[in-house]
Amino acid sequence: MLEIRNLHVSIEDKKILNGLTLTVHDGEVAAIMGPNGSGKSTLSYVIAGKPDYEVLDGEILLDGQNVLELEAHERAAAGLFLAFQYPLEIPGVATMSFLKAAMNSQRKIRGEDEMATADFMKAVRGAADSLGIPQDMLRRGLNVGFSGGEKKRMEILQMALLAPNFCILDETDSGLDIDALKVVSEGVNALRDPKRAFLVITHYQRLLNYIVPDTVHVMAHGQVVKSGGKELALELEATGYADYKTLAA
Amino acid sequence: MAAVQETVDQVKAIDVDQYKYGFSTELEVDKAPLGLNEDIVRLISAKKGEPEWMLEWRLDAYRRWLTMREPTWARVTYPMIDFNDIYYYAAPKMNAAPQTLDEVDPAILETYKKLGIPLREQEILAGVQTSKVAVDAVFDSVSVVTTFKAELAKAGVIFCSISEALKEHPELVRKYLGTVVPVTDNFYATLNAAVFTDGSFVYIPKGVRCPMELSTYFRINERNTGQFERTLIIAEEGSYVSYLEGCTAPQRDENQLHAAVVELITMDDAEIKYSTVQNWYPGDKDGKGGIYNFVTKRGDCRGKNSKISWTQVETGSAITWKYPSCILRGDGSRGEFYSIAVSNGMQQVDSGTKMIHLGKNTTSRIISKGISAGRSQNTYRGQVSAHRKATNMRNFTNCDSLLIGDQCGAHTVPYMECNNATAVFEHEATTSKISEDQLFYCQQRGLNPEEATALIVNGFVKDVLQQLPMEFAVEAQKLISISLEGSVG
Repeated sequence: MLEIRNLHVSIEDKKILNGLTLTVHDGEVAAIMGPNGSGKSTLSYVIAGKPDYEVLDGEILLDGQNVLELEAHERAAAGLFLAFQYPLEIPGVATMSFLKAAMNSQRKIRGEDEMATADFMKAVRGAADSLGIPQDMLRRGLNVGFSGGEKKRMEILQMALLAPNFCILDETDSGLDIDALKVVSEGVNALRDPKRAFLVITHYQRLLNYIVPDTVHVMAHGQVVKSGGKELALELEATGYADYKTLAA
Repeated sequence: MAAVQETVDQVKAIDVDQYKYGFSTELEVDKAPLGLNEDIVRLISAKKGEPEWMLEWRLDAYRRWLTMREPTWARVTYPMIDFNDIYYYAAPKMNAAPQTLDEVDPAILETYKKLGIPLREQEILAGVQTSKVAVDAVFDSVSVVTTFKAELAKAGVIFCSISEALKEHPELVRKYLGTVVPVTDNFYATLNAAVFTDGSFVYIPKGVRCPMELSTYFRINERNTGQFERTLIIAEEGSYVSYLEGCTAPQRDENQLHAAVVELITMDDAEIKYSTVQNWYPGDKDGKGGIYNFVTKRGDCRGKNSKISWTQVETGSAITWKYPSCILRGDGSRGEFYSIAVSNGMQQVDSGTKMIHLGKNTTSRIISKGISAGRSQNTYRGQVSAHRKATNMRNFTNCDSLLIGDQCGAHTVPYMECNNATAVFEHEATTSKISEDQLFYCQQRGLNPEEATALIVNGFVKDVLQQLPMEFAVEAQKLISISLEGSVG
């Protein structure tokens, strides 16, 4: 369970989040929607622990643990995963090597043994097949020369392998054509689990046709200004964000 | 495995540097008087029991050196070196009993532990013996052991210290010494010619593929002592050899000079692959101490279709001044230079290569990866020249620089000279910085900032690491990670 209470955040003296409060329960898929500049991406970065953001007040609890006291890699080991809007390229580092390094670093932080190479390879191949990722892509430099769709699929592959208990999808639908969107959504749906929660950040209702949320929250001016069920997304699609921009002010 | 055991045993038998927990590296040393003059040159020559012509060669070099000036064109700064405040000869007295030790800095112990190299020379050497490698161990001014000599001799390969070669094979040494790097080539090469104390000699006869990797392990131990080694490798027609040198030195407050000369010669269709893993003490974080690594390395592709390949991983030394080069004399000959130069702290690196194309259809390839961190300065300086007769020569150069942090510098200084209209030059250069976003991305997946940096750096240098013999590539990869420790966060 993720609980965010009265979160105030600024970057370079610019206030982005203004007392945001949000709870996502285990097994829940929560969608965050909102206009540009409402602080959606900031929220995902602050949860994941990106440096540069200054938390002025409030707390973020993951299963009761205050993650603000942890560094980004410790949060990852604690089960927090962020699927990036723009996944980074790491030239010269084979995707497979990267996955193994990430997996074993997390296990090390948790005090677990390294995964046997054979088991690891099997797990990667299985996940890759289900996402339609060809084997030769795993030998290429991570995300180097990948299309937008391939990069997003690779994010979901990492999510599947690292088996986090809280997943954030930051505008995963951006830059995806309809086929890629389906593949990625199926990948996410396959990971839905009573013990795993998702925070799905998106501009558009379209993604939520494929990843059907349990709750929808509307963000404006760094706050959650309205919460509801999945029908709220449809409503937004029809009316736009204009009303909400004034609501927060 | 028997041969591996031979190396292990022989090196164990060396009575030097018996680092054991609680024992000292202090040794009884046979040292020449401080400073440099003709008597010192004579003394070195006499210590080695050299023939008269060799002494004359040294004296001639010394007299010429007196008229020369230190080069100042490199992008490095350091106080004037007092050449009379250096010991030019230091040899461990064999059978000296190990003394108690409490002055090895825990940081060094920790470093070696991280490297997986215990602080005993014999185990360091044993540690890389995953495949058969013959070793010449040079300690300060003398070679203390050369392994596998008998086995190599069966194949006709000569592998011994250069002092021994001067005794056993004087005709070969005399024929080739100084023919690639002339006595008066440059200030440090000339100094080396006058006072060189040891180094390795390799001779591969016609048509022989050297049955194992050869390597020399250089160690500077003695305080205030310069190391001037000389290496000469000759590959006769159709032969092949792969050679690796490794270097370490203890942590000292003062700077120490290392001025080596390496000469390689390949005849028709011969190939020499020369790899270096240089890890001299780099000085502390404020730039105190460390080795001045002023080295002249040059290969002469004398024969047709011959090949010389230099691969270097440079992580150590306070200052590196080094340009392993190829003279592509034989038609169709090929020169290669693969380099990773890592600088951190206050280190200064000015390194690169020269590819001198003289023959027809000669080709060269340069891949240089510079990584700067801390407050270091890292310069690639390279020259490619096409002689008038070098018809259809081709060169490909790729220089990439990676910056970590915002207080270091990377510089690329390529020189190109073309005197033949058919010559083709290709030059690519990039400078990049490890971005905060890349680091955060890796960290989000569970890697700590240092692991993330090491991973990104290893990706950056991958093209070059692939050129190293497998077991050394692993060692080099670890070295690079350790060199960059503390460069982030």
